[in-house]
Amino acid sequence: MPFIPHTQDDVAAMLAAIGASSIDDLFEEIPAALRTKSLAGIPEALSEMEVGRLMQSRARQDGRPLNFIGAGAYEHHIPAAVWAIVTRGEFYSAYTPYQAEASQGTLQLLYEYQTMMASLTGMQVSNASLYDGASALAEACLMAVRAHRKSKSARILVPATLNPTYLQVSRAITEGQNLAFDVLPYEPKLGTTQQSGLTAYTGQDITAVVIQQPNFFGQLEDVDAITDWAHANNALVIAVVNPLSLAIYKPPGEWGAKGVDIVVGDGQPLGVPLSSGGPYFGFMTTRMEYVRQMPGRIIGRTVDLDGKQGFTLTLQAREQHIRRSKATSNICTNQGLLVTAATIHMSLLGAVGLEQVAASCQHQTRKLVEALTKVRGVTLAFNGPRFHEAVLQLDRKVDDVLEQLAARGIVGGFDLSRRYPELGNALLVCATEMRSDEDIERYATTLAEVMK
Amino acid sequence: MSSIPADLKYLESHEWARLESDGTVTVGISDHAQGALGDLVFVEVPEVGKALKKGNAAAVVESVKAASDVYAPVSGEVVAANESLGSAPELVNQDPYGQGWLFKVKPSSQDELAQLLDAKAYEKVVASEAH
Repeated sequence: MPFIPHTQDDVAAMLAAIGASSIDDLFEEIPAALRTKSLAGIPEALSEMEVGRLMQSRARQDGRPLNFIGAGAYEHHIPAAVWAIVTRGEFYSAYTPYQAEASQGTLQLLYEYQTMMASLTGMQVSNASLYDGASALAEACLMAVRAHRKSKSARILVPATLNPTYLQVSRAITEGQNLAFDVLPYEPKLGTTQQSGLTAYTGQDITAVVIQQPNFFGQLEDVDAITDWAHANNALVIAVVNPLSLAIYKPPGEWGAKGVDIVVGDGQPLGVPLSSGGPYFGFMTTRMEYVRQMPGRIIGRTVDLDGKQGFTLTLQAREQHIRRSKATSNICTNQGLLVTAATIHMSLLGAVGLEQVAASCQHQTRKLVEALTKVRGVTLAFNGPRFHEAVLQLDRKVDDVLEQLAARGIVGGFDLSRRYPELGNALLVCATEMRSDEDIERYATTLAEVMK
Repeated sequence: MSSIPADLKYLESHEWARLESDGTVTVGISDHAQGALGDLVFVEVPEVGKALKKGNAAAVVESVKAASDVYAPVSGEVVAANESLGSAPELVNQDPYGQGWLFKVKPSSQDELAQLLDAKAYEKVVASEAH
C-alpha cells in the first residue's frame, strides 16, 4: 500500500498550479553540494512482507531470557488493561492535539499526566513529555542556561555517576551552543559523588548542577547536601530521577532547603515495555517561575464561554509553531501514546501500588546482591544505600561471563568495564518486582557454575 | 487611530524611544503595536547592565495571540528595566508611552537616535500597514 495518497495525476496538477515542472524543482534553492543522494549504511527499501520476516528472525535471536539488566530501562509488570485501553481508537494517535475542540479526551489525559508528574516529583508544573530521558536532560541544561540569566558561564557540573549515555546525548544535542560539561568524580568506596569534587568549584560561576538519584550505579546520592551546595553557589539544580523510585524516596521538590529547580527523567518504568531501546518518553517538571523557559507542550485547564471546564494547549508562545527559531526548543515534541500508557498505568496502580512496586524492586535487589556475592569471585563494589541496582566486581572479564550466562538463557547485567575502566571487572545488575526468588536462585546457581 | 506622540522617535518595527534629560533613552512599544498584539500576558525585559546593539532583539512581549521581539533602537547599556511588568504586563496595553515603558538605555552614541523615524514618518508606516 502506498503511504503517499497522491496519484501521478494529483502531483502533476499540483505542480502545474504552482508553475513547477517536477518535485525536484521545489528543492532548487538547496545547493547541490548540500543534498544527500543516499545515506551510508542505510539499505535499500524492503517490502512489508520482507520487513515482517526480518523482524521475526531478529526477535527470535533475542529469545526470552531471564533479565537482570537495567542501566536506564527496566522490566516491570504492566497490567494487561494498560495497553488494551491505550490502543483504543480514541487514544491511538500519538500526535499533538492542536485542535482543542476535537481533542478534549486526549487533552484531559495529558493534563492529568502533568498533574501526576508534578505531584510525583514535588514540583509546580510539568510539560506533556519529551522524547526520552537523555534528551530531556539536554533540554534541561539548555533551559537552565536560559533561566539563569545571572550566570554567564553556561557551565554545567555533571556527576560521573550520571548515566553515561545521558551525558553523551546532552553533549551532542547542545553542541555549538557553548555549554561546558564538567564531570565530578565519585567516591571509590561508595559510588556516590565526592563532596570535595564539588567544593573545588565553590565561588565559581556555575549555571547548574546535575544530580542523578538513584545514580547510574544504583546508589543513593546525598541529594540534600548537593542541592544546598548548588544553591549556596548560585547554581540551579537539575535532578535526573527514576519516577518509580519517587514512590518511596523524597521528591526532588523537597531536596535540600528549597528543592531542585528542574526535574527530568525517563518515564519508561511507568508502563512502557522494553523494546530494543525505545520508543520511551522523557518527562520534565519545574518551578512555576521557570515555566516560560520550559520546552515542550503544556496543557492547561480553563473554562469556555458557558463556564464549563475545558482543556487546551497553553503558553504556546514559547513553542516552535509560534516562535520559530526563537522557540525554547526546536527538536522537542511529546510522546503522546507512551504518556497515555503511563497515565493509565499510574491510575491503575495508584500511589500505594507504585509504592509496593518500588519497595518490591528494592527488596528483590537486596536478595539478588546477597545471593550473587555468595558466589566465589564475586564481591560488592559499593557500600551504602541503593535502590534496585548494584555494582558487582568479578575476578575475571565480565564479557566472558555474560556470554556464558546468555548461552544459559540469562541476561546477567550491564558490563561497566568499558565505561568505567577504573572499576575493573564491574557488572551492574538489577532486579525488579518481576524477578522472583526462584529467578534469583537460578541466576546465583548458574553464575556459580560459570565461574567455577 | 492610535496615538503617536510627536516628541518621540520610532522604529519601523513599532518601538518608540525617548531621550531623557539625563541622556538616557527610554524604550517601549507603540500604541499601534500594543493594539495589534492584543492583551499582553508576559513581558521579558533585558537585564540591567546588558550591552545592546541597535537592531538586535532586546525584550520579548507576549500576548494572547503572538510573541514578538522588541528591538533595540540604539546601541548602549541597559541602565533600568521596568520590573513592574513582571506582575502587570497589562500596563503596556493601558499606558504604552508611560507606565508601560520597557527599559532604559545609556546610548553609546547620540547619532543613532537621530536616524530613527519621527512621528510623521512613523504615522506613514502605520498607515501603510493598514492597507
